[in-house]
Amino acid sequence: MSSDPILRIRDIVTRFGPHTIHDGVSFDVERGEVIGVVGGSGTGKSVLLREVIGLLRPAGGSIELLGEDVWSMSPKERIALSTSFGVLFQDGALFSSLTVAENIQVPMREHLDIPPKMMDELAALKIAMVGLAPEAGGKLPSELSGGMRKRAGLARALALDPEIVFLDEPTAGLDPIGAAAFDQLVRDLQQSLGLTVYMVTHDLDSLATITDRIAALVDKQVRVGTMAEHMEDDHPWLHEYFHGPRARAVGG
Amino acid sequence: MSDTAWMRTEAMSDGWVSVVAGGVWTVAASRTLTEIASGLRLDGASGARLDVSEIERLDTAGVWILRGMMGDLQDAGIDVELQGVDAKHMPLFDLVEASEEKLGVSDPVSKGGILAFVARIGEGVFSTVSKAKGLLNFIGLFTLVLLRACKEPRRFRPKALVSQIEQTGLDALPIVGLLSFLIGVVLAYLMSDQFRQFGAEIFTVNLVGLSILREVGVLITAIMIAGRSGSAFTAQIGTMKVNEEVDAMGTLGLDPMEVLVLPRVLALMLTLPFLTFFADIMGVLGGAVMTILALDLTSAQFMTQLKQAVTLDDFMVGIVKAPVHAYIIAMVGCYEGLRVRQTAESVGLQTTTSVVESIFLVIVATAIFAIVFSFLGI
Repeated sequence: MSSDPILRIRDIVTRFGPHTIHDGVSFDVERGEVIGVVGGSGTGKSVLLREVIGLLRPAGGSIELLGEDVWSMSPKERIALSTSFGVLFQDGALFSSLTVAENIQVPMREHLDIPPKMMDELAALKIAMVGLAPEAGGKLPSELSGGMRKRAGLARALALDPEIVFLDEPTAGLDPIGAAAFDQLVRDLQQSLGLTVYMVTHDLDSLATITDRIAALVDKQVRVGTMAEHMEDDHPWLHEYFHGPRARAVGG
Repeated sequence: MSDTAWMRTEAMSDGWVSVVAGGVWTVAASRTLTEIASGLRLDGASGARLDVSEIERLDTAGVWILRGMMGDLQDAGIDVELQGVDAKHMPLFDLVEASEEKLGVSDPVSKGGILAFVARIGEGVFSTVSKAKGLLNFIGLFTLVLLRACKEPRRFRPKALVSQIEQTGLDALPIVGLLSFLIGVVLAYLMSDQFRQFGAEIFTVNLVGLSILREVGVLITAIMIAGRSGSAFTAQIGTMKVNEEVDAMGTLGLDPMEVLVLPRVLALMLTLPFLTFFADIMGVLGGAVMTILALDLTSAQFMTQLKQAVTLDDFMVGIVKAPVHAYIIAMVGCYEGLRVRQTAESVGLQTTTSVVESIFLVIVATAIFAIVFSFLGI
């Protein structure tokens, strides 16, 4: 692995009123890896994600994404940075008044100068890449199933061919077959596009099959390691998580 | 090292052309790339060797353009050989190739011409008719629910009813009062100015009293409430529809008509007459203030004149319209709310429709009342 991490999280402190959520969370994400972020409810997985993508300011610490400090840049720089990462929100967060193809074109239209014909072709290409039928492009998000919405959301996240994508619980709410297919899709795209994937998830199957390393948020801190390393950790929550009945079912 | 994309061609001895592409072939450079691709002319060449080894950065957009270029050349009868693909870019080519097989750029439906115009008119007529039918249906349904509730009074849900009365009635008092007062002032000012020319200033009182009690008070109140409560009904029910709360109600054995629509319609029908009464008082008060100031009347003179000018009938003519307006506003508001589809956008759309429709129907109803009253000679 290179010594130049794509995402460097240092000493993050997060407080909501009197509650401290993170107290010195630090880890790196290397280029080209798939990292899964796990943690019990309320441990701040989604909060950390929002801090990394610039939606929520942490009380302390620094976040460097692609070599730039997310929280000390000007709004203009942040907009420029936003073209080099993609985010898939939990339910896709597609703009409900636009068709899928238009949704994918939003970042292209906003940030780049692309001829309209090329934009249509690229949107169609992304739709095919995430395994949606061509007809899906003309549909509104409300006409799609949950799994299709996630694929469409992924297509939008990939619209500008970002270097890193953030996925917030990508398999939540999908049936096991759909979830496995989505995992495979993420893995395939990651390998062919050379993506870095930062994935918040609860899905042990996803963790086992596609992640390279896992960052577990426990006791307001983080423990990073491979699945095998976590299995040997004797922290009670981690033990419960990786040795519970569901984990055993995965074959851990 | 350059930041831009470039491509150069060089004719070779065997009739083939060497095409070397380099630089940054990413989505950010799409415009340059399309220009490069469309500018490629290899007329007369028997084949082309496309060398991509000097491309520094490549993404799906770049691969798409490269493949498009190769396809165009092949269509023109020129053999193409791709050379120098970096090992790390191979999966990208594979991915685009695989996706291309599943590709289908959907043709946008052409819209324009006289046919489309006629089609839009037809669509408009049909949607209006179906909407009118829907509203009629809704009225029927509401009547059934109302009759059922009459048999079983606990279905009236007094708690919801009272809360709706508070929101639509009590909370609306300040704005309705202020508005009517101001309208009274404006009317009195306008009329006193005109009557003065005949030396008939005193009739300002008659006209202010009559117009406010018979028409203006109730109309202003209805329009205010359509904007305030009718839109709120649509937005509230519409949001519940978006969140699937209305569907959830159905599965829990609750009738949305009974839980959502009935209290709102009844509450508005109960409160609007009172609001109108309040608006009448405030409007006449506004008129009084203005006439007393502008015409140097005493309040006693105003009262005497008003007593001669208006009768109880005039007041009743105004007030009987209130429940009808309330029924229109509440029914349209709830109906449009239940028509909301599952997008946030449609909540806004139906709310606008609801306000426009209910104000339109209120004014139509006012006109019908005017005709009926003139026949009856009231």
